[in-house]
Amino acid sequence: MWAILSLVVENRPGILFKVTHLFRARNFNIDSISVGTMSNPEYSKITITTKSDEKQVEQIVKQLEKMIDVIQVDHLDENKTVFRELCIFRINLSNAADSMKINEMAAAYGGKVHDAKRDSIMVEMTATPHQIQAFEELVTPFGIADVSRTGIAALQRS
Amino acid sequence: MPAERTVSHFYSKTSPFVKFISSKISYPLIWEKKNGGSRWLITRALQQLVMENNLLKDTQTMKGAKALMTAMEKEGVRQVFGLPGGANLPMYDEFARCDIRHILVRHEQSAAHMADGFGRVSRKPGVCFATSGPGATNILTGIATAQADSAPMVAVTGQVPVAMIGRDAFQESDIIGMANPVVKYAFQPRNAIEVPGAVKKGFFIAQTGRPGPVLIDIPKDVQENEAPMTFPDEFRIRGYHPWTDPDVTNVERALEILLNSEKPVILAGGGTIISSAFAELQAVAEALMIPVVTTFKGKGAFPETHPLSLGPIGMHGHAEANKVMAEADCVLAVGTRFSDRSVGTFEAFERRLKIIHMDVDPAEIGKNQTTNVAVVGDVRASLRIMIRMLQKKPRMAEETPWLRHVRETKEYWRENLKLHPGEMGAAKILRKLRELLPPESIVTTEVGQHQMWASLFYDVICPGTFFSSTGLGTMGWGFPAAIGAKVARPDVHVVDIAGDGSFNMTENSLATAVLEDIPVIVFLINNFTLGMVAQWQRTFYNRRMIGVDQGKCPDYVRLAQSYGAQGIRAESMDELDRAIKEAISSDIATVIDIPIDPEEDVLPFVAPGTPLTEMILPS
Repeated sequence: MWAILSLVVENRPGILFKVTHLFRARNFNIDSISVGTMSNPEYSKITITTKSDEKQVEQIVKQLEKMIDVIQVDHLDENKTVFRELCIFRINLSNAADSMKINEMAAAYGGKVHDAKRDSIMVEMTATPHQIQAFEELVTPFGIADVSRTGIAALQRS
Repeated sequence: MPAERTVSHFYSKTSPFVKFISSKISYPLIWEKKNGGSRWLITRALQQLVMENNLLKDTQTMKGAKALMTAMEKEGVRQVFGLPGGANLPMYDEFARCDIRHILVRHEQSAAHMADGFGRVSRKPGVCFATSGPGATNILTGIATAQADSAPMVAVTGQVPVAMIGRDAFQESDIIGMANPVVKYAFQPRNAIEVPGAVKKGFFIAQTGRPGPVLIDIPKDVQENEAPMTFPDEFRIRGYHPWTDPDVTNVERALEILLNSEKPVILAGGGTIISSAFAELQAVAEALMIPVVTTFKGKGAFPETHPLSLGPIGMHGHAEANKVMAEADCVLAVGTRFSDRSVGTFEAFERRLKIIHMDVDPAEIGKNQTTNVAVVGDVRASLRIMIRMLQKKPRMAEETPWLRHVRETKEYWRENLKLHPGEMGAAKILRKLRELLPPESIVTTEVGQHQMWASLFYDVICPGTFFSSTGLGTMGWGFPAAIGAKVARPDVHVVDIAGDGSFNMTENSLATAVLEDIPVIVFLINNFTLGMVAQWQRTFYNRRMIGVDQGKCPDYVRLAQSYGAQGIRAESMDELDRAIKEAISSDIATVIDIPIDPEEDVLPFVAPGTPLTEMILPS
């Protein structure tokens, strides 16, 4: 099962280390992770996605709740949550027609095009991890030269 | 990292906070990286402001090291186990000016074990000191041991000065990073003013909820710098919620299941001892007439001379306890984490059983075993709720088919378990020790065969008088832990049931026992081998004995004497009788060296990864 965990933690050096160390030490999986400060600068929010079975997710949540620097842990309901990831691809181009195709695909996925050159083009998109994966599969035949992903940001609908 | 960006933004030149500070302070703030960064600069400025304007009442200006000792005195600390070095000299200097006793060890690992032993017996955090670098890494094993067995401890290490951190300075080690997975919490005050808060919170965290070790790593300049110190009684730790009130409905459901089961048992774990729920456990067991087994960590949570007691289950559990556990249909598990050494295989254990789990740590519920009912909260409080409910119910019948069966099983195994035929068999010497030791005496053990023999043949009469390194299984734990225990309870005899392999690891603590006048007894069951490993090699590796022969080296009687302790060899039952009596009446530390048959195995034995039903028995 794919789970989104949203953590409110103390905004102090070393907390991210403790959280990721817990995952390593307890044999849990981290699929993606993103960190940012909250509007109150005393706190940071860590958003982690993990691929684990249900029992394991329950253990992860409990072990995280036990950490003294972790203020709150929420296991977000995917259906009630807005979650997005920013991703930037550099895609190889072999001819001018490729450039057109990439432009069309990017537009279909709400992506933006940057740094268009004769032999490569960059596409930036903000979407769900599933959509990003679908786009990645679509452009793989062109040859992906490089990719950078942020991990997801997520907020549950109130 | 975004977090870092915000910190610097908050402390940047343009922030309203910093502008305010700059306008008030009497000297110009110089923004240079080499000054330690803006955060450090502002913190210093704030301290200066506070001091200049005498803003804080009840404030005393003192060094960080002095603040450490003062804060510890306020926590009731009477002694520290430790060893000095370059980076903790300022703390050591303060011993000259305070009432805290320093107990010098010969290796920092022993200091941690002593603090651990002290903590388990007194239920207050034991304190150990070590210097930076190797001093700090030497206590890691002791910290990990305390964490595995949920023992309250505060370890204080010296660290290189703040400006040297990260430069691979002499005797620098990133002890905060290394200790992270084995501490309950760690502090590294970067300014002297943070020291009292770290101590206050550290002691609170170490001894509340599920206890554990706390590390306070103090850079040398933080120990030396002066700051206006306050020692407030109130504080807040936002993310720490050690107490949960037990859910009464869940206790009710638990009781319902217990009352409706035909073959219930109580499994008491170490948590029962940590929360001193002895009377409550006994009251529940007697009211419901349920037989009590324990985990090894829970050994002595229930008097082992009680008719309902069956002793520890597990890899080297009592045969009757493992048999009864394997036949039960319902278990009330009190303060246990269902370790693999206790339950054999998780799957086989939970398949047959309705499991009621009481524990203070919510993360233990469902970690190893799926439970039917869970009661989160201090087990003593949970048991008390159950007792209140029981007072309204009719008493259980005193005799049931299950109880009769349990009693017969117990009698059968007490009579028919084959013991070593020699005069100095493990069972005989441990029963002799039990016979001669007053019931309230405290026993610690090392790790190995002797430990499991102690589990099998040394009956705990007074609850909470038996301690062992059960989780991490740290060889060398027992002797220093006995010293710590004796410091906590100088009024009772403290005996370390030891094996030669394990005792070798921290035997230099004899110097501490002698020089600091802490007369403990080392009951050394000496088989001249690393016996447990030898037993596994005999059992699983076709008798290929590799790396287990210790030779007759050293001579433990002369070793003890060379430290100024008493050394006695006991080669017959008569000699053992005399030796124990002599050790009990002696006021110096005593080592009783008891040579035994190196081939004696610990039996029964449940091989790792097999269910409790598959015991290897003496043939």
